[in-house]
Amino acid sequence: MTTSAPTTGPAPVTDTPPVIAVVSKKAPVILAVVTVALAAAVALGSQSGDTSFRLATRNDFVEIPDITVPAVGTAWVAVVLMALCAAESVRRYLAHRDTPLWLVAVFSVIGMIGFLGWAAAGATLPVVGLLAGALALAVPLVFGALGGVLGERVGVVNIAIDGQLLAGAFAAALVGSVAGSAWVGVLGAAAAGALVALILGVFAISYFVDQVIVGVVLNVLIVGLTSFMFSQVLAPNAADLNSPPRLGPVTIPVLGDIPVIGPILFRQSALVYLLYVAVAVVTWALYRTKWGLRVRAVGEHPKAADTVGIDVVRTRYRTVLIAGAIAGAGGAFYTLVSVSQFNREMTGGAGYIALAAVIFGKWDPIRATLAALLFGFASNLQGVLSVIGSPVPSEFMLMLPYVVTVFAVAGLVGQSRAPAASGVPYRKG
Amino acid sequence: MQLELRDVTKRFGSLVANDRISLTVAGGEIHCLLGENGAGKSTLMNVLYGLYRADEGEIVLDGEPLQLDGPGDAIAAGIGMVHQHFMLVPVFTVAENVMLGNEETGVAGSLDIDAARARVREISDRFGFHVDPDAVVGDLPVGVQQRVEIIKVLSREAKVLVFDEPTAVLTPQETDELMEIMRQLRASGTAVVFITHKLREVREVADRITVIRRGRVVGEADPTATNTELAALMVGRPVELTVQKDAPTLGEEALVVRDLTVADSTGMVHVNGISFEVRAGEVLAVAGVQGNGQTELTEALLGLQEHVKGSIRLDGRELVGRKVRQVLDAGVGFVPEDRQVDGLVGTFSIAENLMLDRSFGAPFVRAGSVQVGRLEEFAREKLQEYDVRAPGIHTPAGNLSGGNQQKVVVARELSRDLRLLVAAQPTRGVDVGSIEFIHQQIIATRDSGVPVLVVSTELDEVVALADRIMVLYRGQVVGIVPADTPREVLGLMMTGERPAGAVA
Amino acid sequence: MTHPEEPSTGAHTQGIPAPSPEATTGVTTTPGSDPERPSGNGRWYDVARAITTGNALVAVLSIFLAVVVGSILILVTDDAVRESAGYLGSRPSDFFRSSWEAISGAYSALFRGSVYNSRGADFAAQIRPLTETLKFAAPLIAAGLGVGLAFRTGLFNIGGRGQMLLAGAAAGWIGINADGPAIIQLPLAIIVGMAVGALWAGLAGLLKARTGAHEVIVTIMLNYVAFYLVFYALSRQSLLQAPGSINPKSLPMDDSATMPKLLGERFNLHLGFVLALVAVAVVWWLLSRSALGFRFRAVGVNPHAARTAGIDVGRTYVVAMLIAGALVGLAGVNQTLGTTTAGVTTDLDAGIGFDAITVALLGRSHPLGILGAGLLFGAFKAGGFSMQASEGIPVDIVLVIQSLIVLFIAAPPLVRAMFRLPAKEAA
Repeated sequence: MTTSAPTTGPAPVTDTPPVIAVVSKKAPVILAVVTVALAAAVALGSQSGDTSFRLATRNDFVEIPDITVPAVGTAWVAVVLMALCAAESVRRYLAHRDTPLWLVAVFSVIGMIGFLGWAAAGATLPVVGLLAGALALAVPLVFGALGGVLGERVGVVNIAIDGQLLAGAFAAALVGSVAGSAWVGVLGAAAAGALVALILGVFAISYFVDQVIVGVVLNVLIVGLTSFMFSQVLAPNAADLNSPPRLGPVTIPVLGDIPVIGPILFRQSALVYLLYVAVAVVTWALYRTKWGLRVRAVGEHPKAADTVGIDVVRTRYRTVLIAGAIAGAGGAFYTLVSVSQFNREMTGGAGYIALAAVIFGKWDPIRATLAALLFGFASNLQGVLSVIGSPVPSEFMLMLPYVVTVFAVAGLVGQSRAPAASGVPYRKG
Repeated sequence: MQLELRDVTKRFGSLVANDRISLTVAGGEIHCLLGENGAGKSTLMNVLYGLYRADEGEIVLDGEPLQLDGPGDAIAAGIGMVHQHFMLVPVFTVAENVMLGNEETGVAGSLDIDAARARVREISDRFGFHVDPDAVVGDLPVGVQQRVEIIKVLSREAKVLVFDEPTAVLTPQETDELMEIMRQLRASGTAVVFITHKLREVREVADRITVIRRGRVVGEADPTATNTELAALMVGRPVELTVQKDAPTLGEEALVVRDLTVADSTGMVHVNGISFEVRAGEVLAVAGVQGNGQTELTEALLGLQEHVKGSIRLDGRELVGRKVRQVLDAGVGFVPEDRQVDGLVGTFSIAENLMLDRSFGAPFVRAGSVQVGRLEEFAREKLQEYDVRAPGIHTPAGNLSGGNQQKVVVARELSRDLRLLVAAQPTRGVDVGSIEFIHQQIIATRDSGVPVLVVSTELDEVVALADRIMVLYRGQVVGIVPADTPREVLGLMMTGERPAGAVA
Repeated sequence: MTHPEEPSTGAHTQGIPAPSPEATTGVTTTPGSDPERPSGNGRWYDVARAITTGNALVAVLSIFLAVVVGSILILVTDDAVRESAGYLGSRPSDFFRSSWEAISGAYSALFRGSVYNSRGADFAAQIRPLTETLKFAAPLIAAGLGVGLAFRTGLFNIGGRGQMLLAGAAAGWIGINADGPAIIQLPLAIIVGMAVGALWAGLAGLLKARTGAHEVIVTIMLNYVAFYLVFYALSRQSLLQAPGSINPKSLPMDDSATMPKLLGERFNLHLGFVLALVAVAVVWWLLSRSALGFRFRAVGVNPHAARTAGIDVGRTYVVAMLIAGALVGLAGVNQTLGTTTAGVTTDLDAGIGFDAITVALLGRSHPLGILGAGLLFGAFKAGGFSMQASEGIPVDIVLVIQSLIVLFIAAPPLVRAMFRLPAKEAA
């Protein structure tokens, strides 16, 4: 018994503590489940014939021929490749290593090609249209997610993204109609989003009200307000107040003529180009400027920021207002791009999807944008498949983004770290 | 250069945290502010730093009254502060932390990170700090983090530097180095205010000592004053620095820990293959600087840690792999190190807190229903027995003072049938009166034949309570030594040095 | 800084904080306050204190403020008012008269629709609005309890919509397809509905307990999944769709699966209200007297301390969500078997899933508070429809007023400042 002899202690004391691998089994489990699901679908569904992937559009510089593959064969090849990816993930798990992101990415791309090849059997899949449509549908999600990222980075959870989108849509319709200019409408939308953010700020920052509660209640408030105003004011005077000019697609010279990429990225509405700018500016500002450094400090450790003389409350207000303006501008998509009139509850809860993209994207503007694009893709895929006919009931396709989000928060980003002070009101002292 | 606080008063509701405190510190001197936890030292410094606004009184720098509306004003006036809880953003690099709030920018507000790096290197070299400007602060040891705090303050050209309880997280050696830095600062003409409750440190570096108690200046002392004199001044009455106890009556080896390894969810090992045993009727005190695996050790004993390897046997029964409730049912009493987080539910009444770990059956629950009458009777009894100063058993625990909160936790744990008591930092943030009471209870538990494991970062407490002392460093046992081991040896062991066969 | 993460407590994961007990229950600890508070059981003392320190006053003022804002909205969108405002300078009396007419018309219609209809032909017709209020209140109370119970456990249950939809659809399936006497079929339908609601909410609880997935995100997403599931069932004749129909709607309920009317056929008030009252009593016992409820509250306020005290936080989350889901499910069942027995549709939840959040918040997550809040919002609902019918004011105004009430009530200092009330004694 070594009760009193330190010299007989077990091992010499080391200065660097060892690290033993603790890996999650979520990734291998999820990959395996998805693989089995696709295999079951292919085995049980009665699909046959060939699938064509169309990469060309009209007025292309260079004509790219369609790629035609046998539907079921493609799907089985994909299932095999996916099974290999899943096996690799299991192997890494058994070797106490985490599944890398690239493996998940490769798995997802293969899975998607396999699924599309199978689901669109006997038809031609307009790949370019699918992706271009996905980008268009993702516009409000990306703007909303950017607003969400900024809010959380400065320490304010923005559940009110949906309210900001809806207020933006309403304001864009109203202001756009009155001013007769779509761009003025976009400005109005940004202002409306900022106004919602201001209410969020007053309650969450100045009065320390629980941020999730304010957000949820604000969403209800905006639904009520816009619906009320719609019935009372917009609907009776639709010609004057609810018929804004549209922001149609604009082809950017040269870039728009690049095959495949051009039609997807550069033959979009002006709002999409604004989106490119917004993503770039937000990312640069957050990571490369004095403003961004302070924003991140306030979101991580507000007291530390306070002790070096940064005004936490003012920083939070300013950032939340900018975030609201960005999300609000995204709302203009509904009334200036999608259709040219406002309708009650027309965002259909997109703000919540944007919120999911924020978490999915780990509070990073670029990744959140990618996540939002993924959701846009899922929604558009459903539309495209229901046109060409698909063996999967459309309800299940519609469900997909939500199910994916549940999987994502449960499995893939479970351990990711939010800004430390996100959601925590700052009280001095 | 002279900074003067004149009759500074700060109230929180009816509580007077600072009552007409006056203080002067000049350039080139170290002024110690000595006082117990809760004496009002930190409040005063927060007033000086502009975090709180004084209700009365003024702060004068070189004859000019200062208007401090926020830390920005204090920084501008040349006042810098090294906070007790470091004010560093863990995910930022050293350079980012140092430049924050004081950024040099290039085109369109873009950050000039190179300038910040250069500045960190310059100050780091001047004091021999060896700090890498690109290291992420959260990955650095606490001692280095403190240097980053100092660099941050110095980069703002502070003339007055306040250290708020800076040694709480340091090893004795790091403490010595900090003292040396303070002397260096003094030599360069900086005014240093050193806030602490540790008498030894005060006597080592102070040029002047001001003692405050209950928000008031109760006296000034000379660095030559004895520990007993200083302690009496600080507490307001003669203090018994030791705990009265008899030699232990040792029983069987009750708790036997073998090759215990604890890792966190990222795989970082915090407790690395340690073995020890505690006999019935014995106090084994765990010494060590905070963050060397003590927290993880006690949590592993209770079943709160997930990644545990090795064996923990209590009276022959294996505890590893059991749920917390099974461990509690096996007779383990647990006083967690942070009572506000792990020990109490703040909005619950004292009575409810007293049944917190007994909500599954007798004596307080029958057929799924809480036996309110029985619980209240029990609570009244314990309130009296443990001298908890509270209006009544329905008072929310969060409203109590630290000492009374801790008494509620101790009362709850000691009123169960115990086969082991684990007490982590049992008197942290507790007033002197309650410290004595809690220490007596721990010794009484030992004397009733229960094995006791006490974890404390206060060497005084370790020495006062221990029958044997186990020193932890980086999750490993440096040694298990008798309670009368000299302090210098214990201090050395806390830095990971094994005393070469000197102690047996 | 290097404290190991503990996903099982999940107190603050994924960037969304757990609901703070202060915000959802109104319990505010003021350290060191009330030294002279008498010891012993002081429930009446508590009540008196609550009123004097102004919590009740703030509630009343919040409702008042929200109604004022609602009135302004009605005014600025009223044609007559706007017209008369155009010549306010020349004939201000017109403006004031038209304003008065708009406001008094709106609120008397609200009153007539929710409490007492003075224009009714006989007593039954006059008192009918009150029974309508109770009818609308029943699901709000049940679902509000579900949300409130989750709040007390530290969980945001925003999944009311999905839980109601699935519970209502499941109860509807039994109500259409199971044969048998009412004594069997009705309870069976109710129980199955509640069980399905429980499972759907329990799924969110399980994911939180096992993986740390934040329940706000999960329950929101499950709302959509539930919607499409029900939609799918309603567009398949083999499942729920009425035979021969192309609309997403089921057959009406069997008579033996319909909740009996409480006051005879002239009134719509049905058994659901009684069930809601029973639920209030059960939840009251659960939260304030049972050991399970004790653990719910402990986990809700301080999951760390609960875990240290041997309470399995993850399991508590699951159990709390199961019960919460059953309560929200009761609201769904109430709709299918009681209020809209003509058949299951995808909008059977009628916004109640979200209204329940405001009910729980206004009721401070206390069962009796939720009862009161549910009755108030039930009255708004009943009155809102009559306001829309007789005054042409969109029923959405009710949504605005409800959410404003909750916002104001959550920020007492704001309300105090607006009314120049003295601030609460600082801690």
